[in-house]
Amino acid sequence: MEQLASAFGTVIIGVLACVAYFYGSNWLLDRIFPANAATAEKGIVNLRTAHAIRPWLFLGPALLALGLYLVYPAVESIRLSFFNNDGSKFIGVDNYVWLWFNKGFRQSMFNNMLWLVFVPAMSTFFGLVIAALTDRIWWGNIAKSLIFMPMAISFIGASIIWKFVYEYRGEGSAQIGIVNAVVEFFGGDPQAWITIPFWNNFFLMIILVWIQTGFAMVILSAALRGIPEETIEAATIDGANGLQIFFYIMVPQIWKTIAVVWTTITITVLKVFDIVFAMTNGQWDTQVLANLMYDWMFRGGGDFGRGATIAVIIMLLVVPIMVWNIRSVNSESKGH
Amino acid sequence: MISGSKTKSPLMWVVHLSVLMLVLLWTMPTIGLFVSSIRDKDQLAVSGWWTALFSSEQNIIGRSVGPDAQIEENGLFVLKGNILEAEGKKGTVVSFGWKSQEPTLYKAGETAEMSSDQTMTIDADGNYVITQPKEWSGSRGRRIFFTINTPPIFTLDNYREVLTAEGIGRSFINSLTVTIPSTIIPILIAAFAAYALAWMHFPGRAVLIAVVVGLLVVPLQMSLIPLLRLYNSVGDFFGVPAKTYLGIWLAHTGFGLPLAIYLLRNYIAELPREIIESARVDGASHFDIFVKIILPLSFPALASFAIFQFLWVWNDLLVAMVFLGNTEDQLVLTGRLREMLGSRGGNWEILTASAFVTIVVPLTVFFALQRYLVRGLLAGSVKGG
Repeated sequence: MEQLASAFGTVIIGVLACVAYFYGSNWLLDRIFPANAATAEKGIVNLRTAHAIRPWLFLGPALLALGLYLVYPAVESIRLSFFNNDGSKFIGVDNYVWLWFNKGFRQSMFNNMLWLVFVPAMSTFFGLVIAALTDRIWWGNIAKSLIFMPMAISFIGASIIWKFVYEYRGEGSAQIGIVNAVVEFFGGDPQAWITIPFWNNFFLMIILVWIQTGFAMVILSAALRGIPEETIEAATIDGANGLQIFFYIMVPQIWKTIAVVWTTITITVLKVFDIVFAMTNGQWDTQVLANLMYDWMFRGGGDFGRGATIAVIIMLLVVPIMVWNIRSVNSESKGH
Repeated sequence: MISGSKTKSPLMWVVHLSVLMLVLLWTMPTIGLFVSSIRDKDQLAVSGWWTALFSSEQNIIGRSVGPDAQIEENGLFVLKGNILEAEGKKGTVVSFGWKSQEPTLYKAGETAEMSSDQTMTIDADGNYVITQPKEWSGSRGRRIFFTINTPPIFTLDNYREVLTAEGIGRSFINSLTVTIPSTIIPILIAAFAAYALAWMHFPGRAVLIAVVVGLLVVPLQMSLIPLLRLYNSVGDFFGVPAKTYLGIWLAHTGFGLPLAIYLLRNYIAELPREIIESARVDGASHFDIFVKIILPLSFPALASFAIFQFLWVWNDLLVAMVFLGNTEDQLVLTGRLREMLGSRGGNWEILTASAFVTIVVPLTVFFALQRYLVRGLLAGSVKGG
């Protein structure tokens, strides 16, 4: 309880400090460069100076935090990737060479590629299908809400949920995991699913698809509603059926939104850590980059050089999407 | 969507059915978790959660009272007692047996003829009588194989246990401690920055916006190692622990800022220009405009971000593991869950109840404020150019 009180105390102090900073710095700025100075000329100069400084007062705390917690670490990670385990000795590209020949890394890259194809594809596919179907029925919003719900569940909570779904009991005892119970019902042999190499990757991916489909559905549903009705009416008059309308009229019109959904999920996939960490911790050939990185960060006292190298690899995979995002935002703001 | 699609079409039932299937598929895992968490732990271990409403059968191996408790009746030496009470089980006995090969050979109430003139009778209520002509010897009672049928039992015991004995209650408070400041502090900082980026003119504005958009997707992994080193050296320098709540509040603030600035700037930039310009003409300063006009008007965007940040911080495992310790007073819910997965991996009554406690808060927030969340999602995903 005492701890919660300190948390609330921090909130109050933090908010007060922010208010004091913004208010105080503004007040100070107006005092130092008063608009109603002795001469009119001086007043104009003061006004201009204050005008030039004020944005930076507004931006100050944010820039400081962004710099300290994101920009500086990113640069530092790149630097550390050329250093040894505790960052004391420059070793050139040794870490990258080591990585290239490392079995765990190759495994992770391969698995990450599987994740990158499967998860965005399946989430977008299901999201699109569900968005299109639920728009046509009266209880669509309830259905959407329920499918959207896993978005609120933590990856680790989802891992427990799905570990229970995949739970395996030895032969002879009743299966309490629903997958094995269904398999048994249809006469199959129950399996310890997450220990079957290669295929277990997909059982882990399903968890993320389960979480991300709701996201895809919400965005795509909004996009579908934005399609001008005339185009669909015209197609109907021309005799197109439901599927044709969906694939030839609707999907092409929301193509850009599909791309946005796809890339956003791709970013999530690249950072996926908790699920693998909780379900298998990389055993049975399920290692992925983010978990490998965590592993090296703390293994045997921590190898920061190698950990940073893996982080840089993840970053490199993100860069194309980053560039694409920046370009689309830029072209958008030019349009205004 | 499709005009006239709401009219009856012969294929409409296919749509209804498919959506129903999808909804079931998506909710089933969570329902399974919830149902399991309120089941009796013995039943949970032996039967699937989908059978929770039906009575379950369980095979048990028990032992009768020992020879020291035997009594002599009509020339027979008798061991009697109640096997359900002895084994601490509830329910009714369905069948029993005296050999491990045939544990269910006899129905309750029947009398089993065993070797060397011994007999065994067990009633449905668990009372048993075992007899033999000569005196019982040895130190232990006879083994009894029996099958009981238990009615469904629902209980909150699992919750009581995880909240107290398993430390989930404590972790719940730790999670709140991390989440509240980490959600509120970034909002103010981001709101001022967003206003500057939306309505103030200064050189480098476009570059800064591009930087924020770029930072949106920078993986957290890039920050972990340098920040860990930084925290450690700051801790060493001042002689304070490196893993503190203050540290994680600031870390979450930093990591949340790009999205906060991006969301708020998009929203604030869309506010009608006339409002801001007429206020300027009336002589209001940027500061006044921000506090009196922009902040109140941007409430929906602020709420969207707050929900995002709350869910993200509450559900975060990685940042908590790196920047907080795993001591009792710092272990958050997600960290506790992952510890339990290792130590209590087979105790599903513990795992399911704990998991449900951790997801109940985000689920409540989710269902109560879904509107804002959706709005935030729509604004937050970078629009296709």
